[in-house]
Amino acid sequence: MSSDYEYSDEEDFYDDDEDMASAGDDDSAPSDDDMDMDSFADDFKVPQHPPRKSYEIEHEPLSQQAVERLMTTDVDHISGIFGVNESTAALLLRYMNWNKERLIEKYMDNASSVSVAAGVSTPSRASPSVSGPAPIRSSGTRRRTIRQTPVPKAEPSVCPICFDDSQTSFLALSCDHSFCISCWAAYITSKIREEGEHAVRCMAEGCALVAPDPFVVSTLANSGEDEDGRTRERFQELLVRHFVSANPHLKYCPYPSCTYTVSCPSASSRSSLTTMVPTVSCGASHKFCFGCHIDSDHRPVVCPIAKMWLKKCRDDSETANWIKSNTKECSKCQSTIEKNGGCNHMTCKKCKHEFCWVCMGPWSEHGTAWYSCNRYDEKGGVDARDAQSKSRASLERYLHYYNRWANHEQSAKLSVELYNKTEKKMEEMQITSSLTWIEVQFMKRAVEEAERCRATLKWTYAMAFYLDRGNEKELFEDNQRDLEKAVEDLSELLESPIDPETISTLRQKVTDKTVYVAKRNEILLKDTSDGFAEERWKWNIAVEGFD
Amino acid sequence: MTSISSRRLRKELNEIQAEGCPTGITLLSADNFESWFFSIEILGESLYQGEVFKLMFRFDSNYPISAPAVQFVVDEDSTAPVHPHVYSNGHICASILGNEWSPVLSVSAVCVTLQSMLASCKSKERPVDNDRYVRYAPDNPKKTRFHYDGKRSMR
Repeated sequence: MSSDYEYSDEEDFYDDDEDMASAGDDDSAPSDDDMDMDSFADDFKVPQHPPRKSYEIEHEPLSQQAVERLMTTDVDHISGIFGVNESTAALLLRYMNWNKERLIEKYMDNASSVSVAAGVSTPSRASPSVSGPAPIRSSGTRRRTIRQTPVPKAEPSVCPICFDDSQTSFLALSCDHSFCISCWAAYITSKIREEGEHAVRCMAEGCALVAPDPFVVSTLANSGEDEDGRTRERFQELLVRHFVSANPHLKYCPYPSCTYTVSCPSASSRSSLTTMVPTVSCGASHKFCFGCHIDSDHRPVVCPIAKMWLKKCRDDSETANWIKSNTKECSKCQSTIEKNGGCNHMTCKKCKHEFCWVCMGPWSEHGTAWYSCNRYDEKGGVDARDAQSKSRASLERYLHYYNRWANHEQSAKLSVELYNKTEKKMEEMQITSSLTWIEVQFMKRAVEEAERCRATLKWTYAMAFYLDRGNEKELFEDNQRDLEKAVEDLSELLESPIDPETISTLRQKVTDKTVYVAKRNEILLKDTSDGFAEERWKWNIAVEGFD
Repeated sequence: MTSISSRRLRKELNEIQAEGCPTGITLLSADNFESWFFSIEILGESLYQGEVFKLMFRFDSNYPISAPAVQFVVDEDSTAPVHPHVYSNGHICASILGNEWSPVLSVSAVCVTLQSMLASCKSKERPVDNDRYVRYAPDNPKKTRFHYDGKRSMR
């Protein structure tokens, strides 16, 4: 018998077909089938990855080297246009936050003032060409004024920083402020390592010249200060980070010590975040949202709504719970009242209405039954309770969504714990029974799928809370209900006892259910994302970015 | 690194002892290469006529690559000058002690800069956020990341 996940065979042929269901993120344990697929795919030059689904966003993980290549492209471009060398072009671009258009405009307007501001040249040296708007012509002179590599100075002076007369090697930028190589190296190291600064200025007081990259690199190398190469590495990383932060198409992977960058041009503008959920993953498979820091994957709901929901939960959920269990509303003016004494005879502080805490009816109907209420069916009481329940509705409504939202989060955590226990059992079974490793993998897949679906479900409640009433919302909630039902069924199966006798039936059931659940999740995500693209969803509250 | 900092400090100290401090500044003590004390007063027309303040310099082994920690001493005998850039605990918000520090600057140069900062003062008042800052301020002013526009934030 082949794998339980037979549909993976066909993933390259189907497009948005539901049959491919959970094939998406299955990158674990490549089976023989996958291997065959790859060679087959290569023959026909079909991309190796399954086609992108409509709710997935096009993005590209970039390694640090790849980002460096992007930087080089920009640098070469500018260097070509302005006729300056690469390191000068790099300084100019960094000064302009990698905004090429603005740099070109400013530089054409007044090349020397831009050069001075970027720390490329000193004011006095640049002054002869102040009004020279033709950068090509002036490039020849400029090229000469900037030294690419440390120039050893012949004059036998003493370094004004360390006063160490044994120093023989002196370096200066084009400003001719000369210092010994060990002071330069110590200074560069301190700027890069301690301050995280990539623009290292001349050490002289008030000198704004910035050391070009070759100066930094060769000084570190020649001084012996950076033997393990970590300062140089850090320098390179700082440059990349600066480039990434200046570019709205790029984001650094937020996972600790991950060096990947993700490029996602379609999610670079704020307005795009109302029509899609840019869940991306970096080259190390860390999943994160390109648009916000709320949750690594808050599909199906878009960033502005997820943000609103979280804020509301943070502000309101505890308060709302407390109000619900400790207060009632005055049946006349709807003020929220906390009962702070034993007597059921309440007098509203605000409107002076007198009523009974138990039946909520007006106190006048109680006659002489002063401290007890036996009149539950009295008309006044029934009416008052109706009014009460209406005013409670919005609170109840919020708590309904909040509790389900929180519950799915909790359940997802619990199911992982459950799986850890199950996994132990499975390992034992591999030893004690005739089942093979591959045959006990179905549990792992099922738990992973359930977790994924619960994440979706969790956020559907945030979405449903803000969805305006109507057919669209009903359809959404139908999808939500189907997915929820399927996930609960699957979770129940996962908790059933495992013994070697029944395992094959259980395995069949779990496997079938996993495929079904994945399919439901797929349907919901696709429909929701289509809805955002078509602007089908209407909200019951003003949402940032929506009309 | 220690050798650079002590060689440099020895050289500065020799110069101060040989040529004296700039006017208005007196070396009180420099017994080691960790902390030095100076007295500082503003000569000529200024809001601080007749007032004498005490300055403390603390050096780490990275001096002069990194700036010294400089503050006014606040104890039984002396107080910090009332100035928009000087907190009542003696901490000073001055760019040359932070991002505009240059290894070329020296102890004397810092003293002269602070002197002129006080001399040019137009009105004697504390920084706006003085109370809040002083309550949470670290012992070493270098641990504060000042914004050199009158505001500041803690690191």
